[in-house]
Amino acid sequence: MNEILISFLLVIGSFFMFVAGLGMLRMPDLFLRMSCSTKAATIGVGTLLFVLALYFANLGVATRALATICFIFLTAPVGAHRIGRIAYLVGVPLWEGTIKDELRGVYPSDACRPFGQECRIPNMDAPEVSADIEKRGD
Amino acid sequence: MILQTVIYSIVFPLLSLTLVLGFIRLLLGPTLPDRIIAFELISITSAGIIVVSAIVTDQAVLLDVASAWAIISFLSVIAFSYYIEKWRGRP
Repeated sequence: MNEILISFLLVIGSFFMFVAGLGMLRMPDLFLRMSCSTKAATIGVGTLLFVLALYFANLGVATRALATICFIFLTAPVGAHRIGRIAYLVGVPLWEGTIKDELRGVYPSDACRPFGQECRIPNMDAPEVSADIEKRGD
Repeated sequence: MILQTVIYSIVFPLLSLTLVLGFIRLLLGPTLPDRIIAFELISITSAGIIVVSAIVTDQAVLLDVASAWAIISFLSVIAFSYYIEKWRGRP
């Protein structure tokens, strides 16, 4: 019974990982791909580590597995947020079906676009940048 | 017995297929951040493969390897994003 439960959870976890890989290949946009890789792969690895804790049924192993799950759940969004922000600033093109772009106009127009030219990450505390943002913002 | 069969016939092929898909995106990726997130997916799938190997070989020590692997993967992603942020040049 225990073995069947463990096999079932393993299949669930690896299926989530496979969905992450499929989305990584099929999604049309960097940011949609990043959502696939972050959510589905995090759930998949979390399930696999939970299965590991179930399989060994040992306090030390379960604690370490839980610590690794917490670490992955905390750090995956941080890495994705950092990559996404930098990719937006560098000017990675959005999907043409994008409906809402809430960051449009928040940064100065010459902040980092187009991709490959001189790139200037805006210093948000500089007075001219904040004046520009207040002028654009509604 | 059923656990070994399931792992060798379903779990490892699915994870390997994920690795292949990640490598395809790593080769195709039009921009550098695409390649970075493909690399992140590959490294986190490798952590999953290490965890499943710990189950199939009955070695609990491999869990430490998986956790260290996750830490290194996160640090590499942060380092790559820092590199792009400080980067002035052509793609």
